[in-house]
Amino acid sequence: MISYIIRRTIAAVILLLVVTAVTFGIFFILPKLAGQTADQLAQQYIGKNPSPEDIAAVKRNLGLDQPVYEQYWNFIKGIVSGATYDLGPTTVRCDAPCFGYSFKDHLEVWPQLTSRLPVTISLASGAAVLWLLGGITAGVISALKPGSFFDRAAMGVALAGVSLPMFFTGQLALLLFSYQLEIFGRTYVPFTENPSQWANTLFLPWCSLALLYSAIYARLTRSGMLETMNEDYIRTARAKGLRERNVVVKHGLRAALTPLVTVFGMDVGLLLGGALITETVFSLHGIGEYAVQSISANDLPPILGVTLLAAFFVVFMNLVVDLLYATIDPRVRLS
Amino acid sequence: MTELSKTGAAVGEPVRAQDAPTAFLEVRDLKVHFPTDDGLVKSVDGLSFQLEKGKTLGIVGESGSGKSVTSLAIMGLHRLGARGKNVRMSGEIWLDGKELVGADPDEVRRLRGRDMAMIFQDPLSAMHPYYKVGSQIVEAYRVHHDVSKKVARKRAIELLDRVGIPEPDKRVDGYPHEFSGGMRQRAMIAMALVNNPELLIADEPTTALDVTVQAQILDLIRDLQKEFGSAVVIITHDLGVVAEIADDILVMYGGRCVERGPVDDIFYEPQHPYTWGLLGSMPRIDRAQTDRLIPVKGQPPSLINVPSGCAFNPRCPYADVPKDNITRTERPELREVGGRHFTACHLSQEDRTRIWTEEIAPKL
Amino acid sequence: MSETDTRAAVPAPRDDDEKPLLKVEGLVKQFPIKKGLLQRQVGAVKAVDGIDFEVRRGETLGVVGESGCGKSTMGRLITRLLEPSGGKIEFDGKDITHLSTGGMRPLRRDIQMIFQDPYGSLNPRHTIGTIVSAPFKLQGVEPEGGVKKEVQRLLELVGLSPEHYNRYPHEFSGGQRQRIGIARALALKPRMVVADEPVSALDVSIQAQVVNLMDDLQDELGLTYVIIAHDLSVVRHVSDRIAVMYLGKIVELADRDSLYAAPMHPYTKALLSAVPVPDPRRRGAKSERILLKGDVPSPIAPPSGCRFHTRCWKATQVCTTVEPPLAELKPGGRVACHHPENFEDQQPQDVVLLTAAKEAGELVPESVRKAGTPTETEVSVEAEVADEADDN
Repeated sequence: MISYIIRRTIAAVILLLVVTAVTFGIFFILPKLAGQTADQLAQQYIGKNPSPEDIAAVKRNLGLDQPVYEQYWNFIKGIVSGATYDLGPTTVRCDAPCFGYSFKDHLEVWPQLTSRLPVTISLASGAAVLWLLGGITAGVISALKPGSFFDRAAMGVALAGVSLPMFFTGQLALLLFSYQLEIFGRTYVPFTENPSQWANTLFLPWCSLALLYSAIYARLTRSGMLETMNEDYIRTARAKGLRERNVVVKHGLRAALTPLVTVFGMDVGLLLGGALITETVFSLHGIGEYAVQSISANDLPPILGVTLLAAFFVVFMNLVVDLLYATIDPRVRLS
Repeated sequence: MTELSKTGAAVGEPVRAQDAPTAFLEVRDLKVHFPTDDGLVKSVDGLSFQLEKGKTLGIVGESGSGKSVTSLAIMGLHRLGARGKNVRMSGEIWLDGKELVGADPDEVRRLRGRDMAMIFQDPLSAMHPYYKVGSQIVEAYRVHHDVSKKVARKRAIELLDRVGIPEPDKRVDGYPHEFSGGMRQRAMIAMALVNNPELLIADEPTTALDVTVQAQILDLIRDLQKEFGSAVVIITHDLGVVAEIADDILVMYGGRCVERGPVDDIFYEPQHPYTWGLLGSMPRIDRAQTDRLIPVKGQPPSLINVPSGCAFNPRCPYADVPKDNITRTERPELREVGGRHFTACHLSQEDRTRIWTEEIAPKL
Repeated sequence: MSETDTRAAVPAPRDDDEKPLLKVEGLVKQFPIKKGLLQRQVGAVKAVDGIDFEVRRGETLGVVGESGCGKSTMGRLITRLLEPSGGKIEFDGKDITHLSTGGMRPLRRDIQMIFQDPYGSLNPRHTIGTIVSAPFKLQGVEPEGGVKKEVQRLLELVGLSPEHYNRYPHEFSGGQRQRIGIARALALKPRMVVADEPVSALDVSIQAQVVNLMDDLQDELGLTYVIIAHDLSVVRHVSDRIAVMYLGKIVELADRDSLYAAPMHPYTKALLSAVPVPDPRRRGAKSERILLKGDVPSPIAPPSGCRFHTRCWKATQVCTTVEPPLAELKPGGRVACHHPENFEDQQPQDVVLLTAAKEAGELVPESVRKAGTPTETEVSVEAEVADEADDN
């Protein structure tokens, strides 16, 4: 088991390195291949109408005239031990982990990420709890009575949940419950300051996100449950004389939910990298909003930073999923 | 077993519910039908038999003959789960004086696993992959016994030891996938026997196993039956297995019983053309015969459109022997042809005897 | 013992001058097991571990053994669906051991395989016509009268109706699907057909239909069969010669009748005795049944010497150290055993039973043990016997 954990962890680290290299490549090699000069490349890092000195500073600081591996090495070195940006008149010290410096905002990327992360984590975790509860419950009940009124209704709602875009449900909820009825607030307050205010503001985004996801989870749970309840071991459990409730919960649910762990890990990993639309719709200053802003401003260093953070969360959650799997299913421990 | 001949006459006739059962397990005119989009699947269509404690009944038939459906019906397993609403069951199943078809489902549940237990074909898929073998046995015990986990665990180890699993105190903490096929089936048997059931139903218990392991498992079932004195129903497609272990044999075809009787009668004086077909289809290890096998022509019947008259008539080489096309129009009743030996066939006694002795027996 | 030696010593009962169609020497297949951080190879499953046999033209060789004995792997090796790890396979005098896929293509016409699962081996989206005509397309063969006519002829040959040409596999029953598999295998008029459990997924009455069909086709088309099965009754019915496998080795290879009448390897004997006999009066004869102790050992670390020694009631010291060769002890009967049944002991000086053998012997009926070589009394006076052996 320990060897398994170590093996998976090492694989995860290697995967992250590959992801950084690929992301880096997209940002620095592809433009070069497309024929952009270092000057043109550097121009993109600064706002409109840059002075030649600014361009030279960017070029120097990012080493755009150096070979790509050198640039990559500098970037990795920055993450590990920090970097110093020499901006002509001033120098900026970017402490480790340094994920770059926005020449447009004149801000370091990492502090931006860390200040926004709590918002995104709050959003993702709260929504996850809601969609797990809602999706699994609906899925199980549907599966136990396939074709019943509840099943049809739940699956209809699920279909709607998947197909309605967040722009629509989110805006509608905001309009109705926040602007019209004024039940829910619109200004994010950290959990540590005022938990009830925190929950009050996040409730609508949670529900909107959860509606989308629980729809998917209800369908997954339903089909997993239907399949599992036909397994031979369910028949064995019934033949023992167990109550149907125990058969469903102890023997059925555990097996049916195992595949869901994978999907859940992926979803949470992705959300932690920023819920772009939800954060924008509800004006939450999270990672996703940062990404959207940076993209519209064509500000490359923050985009690179967000991408790497998102990649980290996906890889990390994958690792967690693998380890969870091994504890849930004893057969996995063998291989 | 002598009581059987008394009630035997009732077979095939409409049964009155107030008739007191005389046998330990008595099935009367059991019907199990499943409505589907394509039509009504008549998996079991009017089956009756009796079984005493300490005796073994072998139910023989091919896939789709209704033998497994019968066993699940006795256990009351059809009514559970999502498909439970769909099944249509009628008839009576009497277990030790209690009627099960019309009984309250929770009452049947309390009997299940305690008074009647079941062993399945594939022990790997029949055990939950996530739980230790021991805890699955413990669970089976604690459903019906209000004891601590520790006591139940002791019982589980005792049973694992009894069914011949080496180092039971260690294996009790193993997972099903860590057991070999034979050991897994032994553990399944331990699970089934943990509550000392009076009726044990084994559905193809050795089909998934190698022949040397099969021999071990059959021996084990036989020994345990002697020890516990339970009634055993063994369901199989393998005539070799029933010849080894059964006292009585019931041959099923198309959801109905075509022949039933003591094991010797079925093997040495079989009366139904389908039974002849089964015997002729079977390569024999005990005889140096190199002739061709005598297969049953055609395909098994669809349970939605069971042929009218005798279900076997499209495949029966003697379907035209009885007069007036009766084999295609009238369903044959199960009739007693000798002591406790019944068959459902329109052929006259003389024809059957003649065909068997002159045409079939010499070729086997 | 090498192939040529055997043939020189005792000529095969037929085809004396003709070379065998398939000749296998020292065939090995190992599946590596990887473990640890770096996925280093820590061992190998020795699925097939050095087997020699030949298949004669027009005969049926039956291969039996319990699950995990390597019989299916062997089938996939000789049809070259798997790459052997060692040894040599000769088909009709041509070495095909390490032929590439391209190199095998012309030979695919001659060697065909029938699989156990008639459901899994037919593509559900293809019509029967497409499935059965696939070999023609793959080989670029244009049969006389066109592909469709030939396929319809094949369908008739295996007892299906030519009108089934445009139907899909799910419209057929298990037995019919197996017939489709057979039609596909026969499309290119192969010379050798390897059938892996061809009837074990079928019902008894249907099984007999397919067995008879294969029988007829062999007569009609002069096919050579290698039939791999676990059902000893079926194998007895269809085979001319039978190879018994245990843990990747052939332990006995003999003519059908002599194998069933007088098995020489204790494992063969145990295997045969375990088959349930459809004859209730023989139930009293249960005393002849040999129950084997425990399970088959792991093919990752098979026992030393004779692989069966851990479960054999006749095992002595020599069995744990010296691997018995597959030797032709009598015409048409090869066995790999130091103390064979129904034949004189090959290691008569070695009489001290292993402890494990004594335990195993408790599961073996008296009558069987008496018939074997060292009886209880002989063992008790082992010293004297050993002396006698020295004198000899």
